[in-house]
Formats: sequence, C-alpha cells, structure tokens
Amino acid sequence: MQEYFVAKKIDFGEGDRRIVRAGGSEVGVFHHGGAYYAYANTCVHSGGPACEGIMIPKVLDVIAEDRSYQGQVFSDEMHFVCPWHGYEYDLKTGECAGDRRLKLRKYQVVDRDDSIFVIA
Amino acid sequence: MNDQTPVEDVRQLHFDRFSSSESLAKASEQALKRNYQDFLIVDIDSHHYESESYAEVFQYIESPVLRRSFVESAQRGGRSSMLGGSVGYQDISGRITRHWLRKHEKVDASDRHRDISTTTRWMDAMGVDYACLFPTPMLFLGTHPQVEIEVAMARAYNAWLCERILAEEPRIISMLYLPFNDPEATYKMVQDFGDKKGVKGFMVTSPRYKPVHDNCYMKTYRLLEEMGKPISFHAAYNWNDQSLNLLNRFISVHALGFMWFNMVHMTNWVMNGIPERFPKLKTVWIESGLTWAYSLMQRLDHSYMMRTSDCPSLKRKPSEYMQEMFYSSQPMEMPEDKSILEATFKMIKAETQLVWSSDYPHWDFDLPSVIHDLPFLKEDAKRAILGGNAARLLGLDPTPVKTIPGHR
Repeated sequence: MQEYFVAKKIDFGEGDRRIVRAGGSEVGVFHHGGAYYAYANTCVHSGGPACEGIMIPKVLDVIAEDRSYQGQVFSDEMHFVCPWHGYEYDLKTGECAGDRRLKLRKYQVVDRDDSIFVIA
Repeated sequence: MNDQTPVEDVRQLHFDRFSSSESLAKASEQALKRNYQDFLIVDIDSHHYESESYAEVFQYIESPVLRRSFVESAQRGGRSSMLGGSVGYQDISGRITRHWLRKHEKVDASDRHRDISTTTRWMDAMGVDYACLFPTPMLFLGTHPQVEIEVAMARAYNAWLCERILAEEPRIISMLYLPFNDPEATYKMVQDFGDKKGVKGFMVTSPRYKPVHDNCYMKTYRLLEEMGKPISFHAAYNWNDQSLNLLNRFISVHALGFMWFNMVHMTNWVMNGIPERFPKLKTVWIESGLTWAYSLMQRLDHSYMMRTSDCPSLKRKPSEYMQEMFYSSQPMEMPEDKSILEATFKMIKAETQLVWSSDYPHWDFDLPSVIHDLPFLKEDAKRAILGGNAARLLGLDPTPVKTIPGHR
C-alpha cells in the first residue's frame, strides 16, 4: 500500500472530484460536505466508471400516516450515479442503493498539510 | 506533492464535453482483456437519434405537400409537431449523462455523416464489428394517428439511411422500418429497398394495433421469405395502451411494455401458423430480453395440448416453432442464480438462436461481456451468440474488421 497524491486542497474545492490511477486501479475521490471519500471507479454492475456520473440525493416516496402516497422528495443521503446505466451509490458508504449488500471498494483518504492523498 | 505519483494520473471530470471513446474506455479495457479482436462481434440492435437529422431526413419526404408540413413543423420548437413523441424519461432524470452530453461530441469535419463517426467510435470501443442500426423516436411511429404520415416518414427515413449512412459505411447495417399500418406500403417498401446496400432485413416496431396474422401481410411475408431477408419485431412501449396506462411509473411501463407487445405478436404469429405457412422466413424478436420467451413457450405449450382445435395450422408444439426463431439478448436479465439463466438459454436454444445486442446508446445497454462472462457457456457458444449466429442470420463475412482502441 502506498499514498497517491490527489490534489492540493486549494485546488480541490467543495463538490470537486478527481479520478486517480492508484496501485493499478482507478479511484474516484470526492470532496463533499467538508469530507473526502474515495471509491473504486468500477461499477459493480458492468464495470462502468461508477464515480464519473452526477451526484444527486436519494429520492424518497412520501407515505402519510394513513399509508397514502403524497409525492416524492429528495432526502439528505447523497448519491453518486454510474453514468452508464444509473446504478446509484451512497456517498458515505459506497453501498449500492438498489442492493446494500453490493459495495464499491472504499479507499482511505489522507488529509495532510495542504494536500489530499489516497492509499491504495 | 508525492513524487511517486505522476500528475497525469489524476484527472478531473468535465460535464461540458463528451467522447464516445472516452466514455466507453472501460468497455475497451474489457474488449482487450477478453481478446475480442480475435473474433466477430455483431450488434443486432443499436440506435441513433434520427431526430437530430430531421432537417436532412425531411428532404426525402416524397410528397411536396407533406414535405413542407414536416419542414415547417420542425422549425417551431416547443409546439405540436408532425411526428409527436412519447411520454417517457429514459435518461433517469439526467443520471444517464451521455444522453445530454453527447451533443458536445466532436467529429472530424468531413462529408462523413456525424452518425457514422459517432457510431463507429462506440462500436470500436466495445469491440463490435457490425452494428444493425435502428432509429429511436420512430420506434413509436406505429401509434401515429395518421397512417400516411407513418408511410411518408418511413420512406423518407429509409431513403436517407440508405443513401447517407448504409451506402457510406459497410460496418453499419440495418433492418429497415416497415410502415405496417399500411400493408400495401409495407409490401412496396420491401420491393423498393430490399436490395439496397446494407439492408439485411426489415423491422416492425411492436407498439401497434394491427394483428400480424392479418391476411393483408401474407404477400409481404412471402416476398421476404423469397428474398431470404428476416423480419424483426422491435419492442417498445405505448404508455397510452389501455393496459399499460394502469402503470404510473416509467420503470413499470418500460419493464412490461417491452415484453407485452412482442408477447402479443408472437402469440398471434405462432397460433395462426405463420411459421407453417412461411417455413423459411427468418423471424427475429428484438429488445424484450429473454424471460418472456421462456415463459410464453411454456404457457402456449400447456394450452396447446388441450386446445389443438383452436390452432389447427400447428403441426408441432408452439415452443418448437419459437425455438427456430432468433432472439436479441438485450436487456438480458441477470438472475443471481445463474442456473435460471442457463435454463432460459436452453429453452430458447441460445447457442444457435440468440444474437447479442447492445441497444447502445440507450439507458439499459449491454456490453458483449454479458455473454462472454457467463460461466455455463463454452467458448464456441459465446462466439456464436456474440457474432456467429448473427452472421448466419444476416449473411455477414465472419472476419473481424474492428479496431479496438489500444489494440496493438
């Protein structure tokens, strides 16, 4: 395992992303909500670039007390979406939204001095 | 900076540019790793967006009156048009980024049509030698209330496709749209276009309401049989269909709609003995996945044994006819228990009757790896499904002609 440089923090603003080739694998590094996350950039579905799509919150059905449907809302759970087919992943865990047993490999992110590194 | 990591190994994302090759870089990695360059891969069902070329296509409208109407209609964005459209949000509310990024794709400035450049680009990236190209919005044209508009648009599109695409690029082939609501125009289409370069057969879009066993189509089926060209039924949905109208979400209408119309047409096709009347007519069922056929074969066989008098043209069980037809693979269902998929393959005689398809660039496209990576298939069977069966069906040279990016 070794550290791979991702970006200077000054160049890696809130909402930014980088794709890093690290240890023979591609890793997607996210900066969101003041935190950094890193996952394998290979979708569990068909090997697509899982970390290269849009980010969008999880959608919820609103079901009232009487069990009636009252529309849909975005939740606080942020997802990133594989652009090939739409597989969604929980940004904080790397779990696949459609089946939480499926996960992207998570990589450790190091925030040191003025730079961000990923360990792979 | 860590000296051990070259900076070129870090890249940013851009949502204001697009390249089919870059978007499918991981598909190319799969293609190289699996040695796709060594064997033929044919995509029996892929698409372009003919609506992006309407300005050209409309010039091929034969009637000057209708041509003017089409052209004028196209210049009034946001209002009712001649062709209408279909309700549906295939891009999953923007999550399928290529749908809205593709307009940024740059192609070489040449006389080559943009669709040729972008199509051959993704074909190479995936490892595809030949792609059977179909339209996209026209998949819903069979529900247009004006039959003469379906005919006019079908003839214009086919003429444009033959002249601008098929004549120019031998790796792109097609089965041409039949304006099935007009049986005479359907017959004439086969007569007029059957011998054009790259025309490997003809295609009926499945969402429509004329039964395929109607006597009015018999002379077209006979002509196709004589020409040795297949007829295919390309699935789609019609949310306004009375049954599908009960569904409130796109995922639901897509899942059922793409099976429903082909199940109806297949049932009419078999129970009315069309395969007995045209035993050499090659029939292809496109974009319904596989489970519908697995299910329908069992269902029809079960009823047939008790009610043979209902379908006296049949000399064998319905499934036996269905096992002689061809099926495109996408969207291929992937049960966790692969023995279920293996049983489906066995039921449809996949090793000779299944033809791989991508449906690219649509949202639920498949890569060749959906076949190549199946644990229960031998190498010969994989290669047959990925290209050999289609070469036999369409009369293609089995020599690979693609150039996978990065292949040396």
